[in-house]
Amino acid sequence: MTTLPDVSTNAVASARWRPGEIVFWIVVVACGFLFPSRYLIMTDIVRLALFALSLDLILGYAGIVSLGHAAFFGVGAYSAGLLALHGIIGEPVVALVVAGFAAMVLGFFTSFLVIRGVDLTRLMVTLGIALLLEALAERFSNITGGTDGLQGIEMQPILGSFAFDIFGKTGFFYSLIVLFLLFLLARRIVHSPFGLSLRAIRNNPLRAAAIGIPVNRRLIAIYTVSAFYAGVAGALFTQTTALASLDVFSFERSADLMLMLVIGGTGYLYGGLIGAVVFKILQELFSTITPQYWLFWIGLVLVVIVLVGRARIHRWALWLPNLIIRQVAGRRAVVAVPESDAS
Amino acid sequence: MTTLFTILFDGVAYGMLLFVLACGLAVTLGLMNFVNLAHGAFAMAGGYICAVLVNNSGWPFFVALPLAFIASAAIGVVLERTLYRHLYARSHLDQVLFSIGLVFMSVAAVDYIMGSSRVFIKLPAALEGQFDFFGVGIGRYRLMIIVICGLLTVALQLILARTRFGSRLRAAVDDPRAAIGLGINVPQVFAFTFALGCGLAGLGGALSAEILGLDPYFPLKFMIYFLIVVTVGGSSSITGPFLASLLLGIGDVAGKYYVPKMGPFVIYTIMIVILIWRPNGLFGRTAAR
Repeated sequence: MTTLPDVSTNAVASARWRPGEIVFWIVVVACGFLFPSRYLIMTDIVRLALFALSLDLILGYAGIVSLGHAAFFGVGAYSAGLLALHGIIGEPVVALVVAGFAAMVLGFFTSFLVIRGVDLTRLMVTLGIALLLEALAERFSNITGGTDGLQGIEMQPILGSFAFDIFGKTGFFYSLIVLFLLFLLARRIVHSPFGLSLRAIRNNPLRAAAIGIPVNRRLIAIYTVSAFYAGVAGALFTQTTALASLDVFSFERSADLMLMLVIGGTGYLYGGLIGAVVFKILQELFSTITPQYWLFWIGLVLVVIVLVGRARIHRWALWLPNLIIRQVAGRRAVVAVPESDAS
Repeated sequence: MTTLFTILFDGVAYGMLLFVLACGLAVTLGLMNFVNLAHGAFAMAGGYICAVLVNNSGWPFFVALPLAFIASAAIGVVLERTLYRHLYARSHLDQVLFSIGLVFMSVAAVDYIMGSSRVFIKLPAALEGQFDFFGVGIGRYRLMIIVICGLLTVALQLILARTRFGSRLRAAVDDPRAAIGLGINVPQVFAFTFALGCGLAGLGGALSAEILGLDPYFPLKFMIYFLIVVTVGGSSSITGPFLASLLLGIGDVAGKYYVPKMGPFVIYTIMIVILIWRPNGLFGRTAAR
């Protein structure tokens, strides 16, 4: 017979929930109850994780290197801020979705620019779009508040019943639920035939086109979805901090995002989530050692990661967990080195 | 009419400066196919070295300029031999991450050593002020930049086209394997070219302190400009980046003068449009392979 059934069985098998994943989410929820004094920073991590997840969708699965993902984050952030500020849509969940759609529309239209050309052109175009939006936001300061940012945003209770409190408890669980739902969606997407075709495109666009995958249309689709995710992350940022300023578009934000994803590893969805946690911990650590110069250490981490090699670092990091799993379960390691990274 | 000429003049000076700053990147990015976002860091190094020599040690400006070139080139060659060399064969993503890391480190390090405020280089009195030329105000400093950068451009073109080193470089870029087969020491050629590019960036950084402003965030602020020059100009010769920098310089100065509120908007739009229209650059044969 053909190998077709094998492929689908494999795909279905790889899409099944593993024990490790369930443990991961239980740990995440447990953190919410264990550290009630740390809601603000944990909310920040959840936001970053969602943002990193959105980049993973295009970088890890479709192989598009973007230096300007902050553009969508910023659009989401400002949309949510403006919606709340002018009382157009007061209810946070609806506003979140609308802000996501705003970023999605931008993502759809810019995707046509991004799919053209090779890596370098993509880098330039994505970077250019983010800078363009930053310049626009600065230019139309009567709408965006310019360098002062949007001020006086007041969020209404979520679904009309859960008010944002000053400890950030509501904000945290709200962000976490959003992250989890969108994660489920992303998981569904990447394990679908659509997601598999994206991986084929990443590995070899020419061959993918030859076996009948509409490369450009698939890339446009995933780029648009990714923009939606980034927009929602931005909207969460505005809603949980009641703040939106020009730095949502900044290059540093896009660069930090890349670092997060690289720390966690690309192409298996959890990379962004783990990367966000590690990144935030590193950032806190460095800024307690040298408040002003933590950028130096972040840069050093990047350089070291690249020089040592991303794959090797992940092997080292996973050595202990794999050892434990092998000892306990007595079979092949469950936690595997993430699939080959985008090149 | 005279304003038009003044804008043109300032734009040309600005563009020339951008060319000197970015032509090293044209080689690493366009020719060696290495995405080096840290190019501005070398320019910043040159600028700060010049500033320290002139302001703190009291060296004459024209002695400090060549030293800025040499020091940046030295930093460049050390980094090339120790770090960059390992990354030529890596993916673009790795190169981007690595050079962003370098940028971050340089920004924080300079901030730590020199402070975060803008640095000015004390200019000799002969370079200050401007004179009238048929009613067009010509800044002495800008005139000097045009002269220096013009000479450099001619020299570069001659080196590339006429010298043995130039032909080796072109051979190494066209086909590294064949070049090695012919007995050309390709790594050495690349290292030397990289150093030259960094040195030029350092010189550009020293010259630009007056016009672009020198502070620790220099590499981040002007990264996009360097990249525009290279991607728009293409890399088949140095004429492409040269014309692109002139275009960018004049466009930016004119944009700031005529539509000041639009700010950098004009430049980014032009860049995106050009990249969509011709992904390999205006004058490019292959901007990236």
